[in-house]
Amino acid sequence: MNSSVSASEAQPTATAKLQQELASQAVGVTLRAVTKKYGSFTAVENISLDIPAGSYTCLLGPSGCGKTTTLRMIAGHEDITSGELLIGDRRVNDLPPTQRNTAMMFQNYALFPHKTVWENVEFGLKMRNLPKAERIQRVDEILEIVGLTKFAQRKPAKLSGGQQQRAALARALVTRPQVLLLDEPLSALDENLRVRTRSELRKLQKQFGMTFIQVTHGQDEAFALSDQIVVMDHGRIDQIGTPEQIFQMPASRFVARFVGDNNIFVGKISDVLQGNQYAILRLDVDGIGSFLCRGQAADLGMTAACCVRSDSMTMTPYPPTDPTLPNQLTARVVAIEFTGYVTRVSLMVEATGAELTYKVRSHDWIANPVQEGQLVTLSWTTENCVFLSH
Amino acid sequence: MNKRPLSFYFLAAFFGLFVLFLYGPMIAIFMLSLQGPDGTLTFPMRGFSFYWLGQVFQEQRVGSFVEAFQRSLILGIGVLLLSLIVSVMAGLAFRARFRGATFLFYLTISSLIVPSVLVSLGIGIAFQVLGLETNWFSSGLGAHLTWTVPFAFLIVLGVFNRFNPSYEEAARDLGANDTKTFWEVVFPLIAPSLIGVGLLSFTLSYDEFTRTSLVSGQDNTLPLEVFGMTTNVTSPALYALGTLTTLFSFTMIVIAFIGFQMFSKRQQQ
Repeated sequence: MNSSVSASEAQPTATAKLQQELASQAVGVTLRAVTKKYGSFTAVENISLDIPAGSYTCLLGPSGCGKTTTLRMIAGHEDITSGELLIGDRRVNDLPPTQRNTAMMFQNYALFPHKTVWENVEFGLKMRNLPKAERIQRVDEILEIVGLTKFAQRKPAKLSGGQQQRAALARALVTRPQVLLLDEPLSALDENLRVRTRSELRKLQKQFGMTFIQVTHGQDEAFALSDQIVVMDHGRIDQIGTPEQIFQMPASRFVARFVGDNNIFVGKISDVLQGNQYAILRLDVDGIGSFLCRGQAADLGMTAACCVRSDSMTMTPYPPTDPTLPNQLTARVVAIEFTGYVTRVSLMVEATGAELTYKVRSHDWIANPVQEGQLVTLSWTTENCVFLSH
Repeated sequence: MNKRPLSFYFLAAFFGLFVLFLYGPMIAIFMLSLQGPDGTLTFPMRGFSFYWLGQVFQEQRVGSFVEAFQRSLILGIGVLLLSLIVSVMAGLAFRARFRGATFLFYLTISSLIVPSVLVSLGIGIAFQVLGLETNWFSSGLGAHLTWTVPFAFLIVLGVFNRFNPSYEEAARDLGANDTKTFWEVVFPLIAPSLIGVGLLSFTLSYDEFTRTSLVSGQDNTLPLEVFGMTTNVTSPALYALGTLTTLFSFTMIVIAFIGFQMFSKRQQQ
C-alpha cells in the first residue's frame, strides 16, 4: 500500500519538473526556400515554412511527396541542397543531428534490438557522457512518465506495439530535445491502438508544450493531432493551414481530393461577383450545370475548378423544384454503401459520365431512403462550394 | 491415405546415394584408423585399437603432423581475423556508394575465378622478384586471403543488405559518433552473422591446398603435409589423422553454432 502511494506522489513532481524544462526551451522551426535534389531528381522544391514553438505540425501527403525528406532534413539525416533551415534562430544547415537539439522517432521505432528498454533510453545520455547517477535518475523518470517502469529490463522484441512506441518516445524525450520529429509514429499500430495512441501523443505534446513535427499520410491523423497541417505533393507545399481551414477551404484540386470525399467540377469562369468576405465566382460546367463558388478574384473565361464536400450536399427527388437555380445537378444513384454511422452513395451524371459521392448520416438515410437506379437532384449552398485556383 | 508418388522413391534413392558418396569414404577412413597395431591401408580391418590415433602425435619418419597442425591452426585463426576485419570494413565502405565501386567489386570477386594454382604461382614469382623468402605465415597467409576475403566480403555484403540503416540513424540522432555507432549498435547486431563468416574463413584456410602449394616455403601446412605423406607413409596413421582433423572441424562447427545461439538469444531474451 505504502509504496504505491509514494509512487503516485513521485510521478506528478517528476512530470511537472520535466514539463517546465521542456516547455521553457521549446523553439520554432523555419524553412526558407529549402530544396533537396538527388542528382537530377528534385525531392523537395523550394519550400518555405514556419513552424511555431510549442505547436503540433503535421506534414501530410501521399508517399513520395517529399514529406519524409523534409523531416529528415530538419533532423539532419539528409543534406539540404539549397535554402536555409533555422531551429529557433540558429541556422543549422551544416550541423550534425546531435547539435540541432532535435530528437527523431523513427518509423518502426528503430529500437536497438540487443539492448533492453532501459539501455535504449539511456543510450542518448550515455553518448552525451552524462554522469551515471544522472542517467539513472533521468531514465527512471521518463520510463515512469510513459508507464514502462515495469518493462525496463525487457528487450524490444518482448514488448507490444504500443509499448515499443512508448519506449521509442521515451528514448527521444530523455535527451530533452527542443523539437521532436516523428516519422509515421502510428503506422505500425493496429486501428484501435492507433486512435488511442494518437490522443496520448497529443496529450503529451500539450502537457510538455513541445514543438512536434510529424509526418503522416493519413488525413484523420493529421486532423486529430495538428495545430497546423502542411499538405505536400510532388515536393511542393500545396497548402498550409489549420485542420479546419484545410477541411473547409482546400486550396487546390490535389488537397480537395487528398483530404477526401470532395466532388470536384472543372469548368469556365463566366462571372465574378464581390461577396462580403470573398469573391463569388460563377463556374459553368459543361453538361452538368452552373455553380456559384467562393474564392479569390480570378479572370473571366479561365478554366478552373470548384469542389463540394460529399457531406454538405442535399439530395432531393428528381425533378428539382426550380431548375433555374444555380448549385444543383441531376444524377442517377449507382450504388449505396452502408458503412455504419455514415451511408455513402455513388452517383453518376448521365450526360457526362461524371462520378459523384454523396455522404449522409445513416440515421437520416434510413428515414428517407432512395433506391439504386433512381434519378435525384443534388444541391448545395454557395458557402459550401469552394473555388480551386489550381 | 497418403500414398506417395513414384517420384518420391526415385528422389529418395538418389538422395540416399548422395549421402553414401558424401559420408561413405569418411566412414571407411574412420574405421580403418581404428585398427590394431598391425593394420594396413586397406580392408579387411586388423583388430581394433586407438593405437594409430596415438601414433599421429609421434614424430613420423618424414615429418610431424603436430607441427603442421599447429601451423595450420595459427594460420587459420590469422586468416579468420584478417578476413573478418577486411570484409566488414569493405562491407561498410560499399554501403556508401563510391566511385568505382562496381569495378572494385568485380576485381575482388575475380580472385575466386582465377585458377588457384596461377594465384599461387603468381605470388611465388612476385616474392622471388622482390627477393623475399616465401613462408606459410607471409606468402602463405596472403595466398589464403586471396581465397577467403572474397567469400567473406560477399557474405558481409548480404548481411549489410539486410541491415536496417535506421538503427544507425537512430544512434547518430541520439548523439553517437561513427565509432560509437559501430561498436554500440552495428557490431552487436551483425556479430551472429560474423561468426559464420569467421567459421567459413577458417575452414577455407584450414584445408586450403592449391593456393598454398607453391608459396608455403620451408614448412608445410597440414593439407600439404598430409599430401606429402600419402606418398611416403604407408600406415593407418594417415587415416587416424583424417579422423582427428574431421573431429576437429566438427568441434569448430559446434563451437560456432553455440556462439551463434548465444548471441541470438541475448538479442531477444
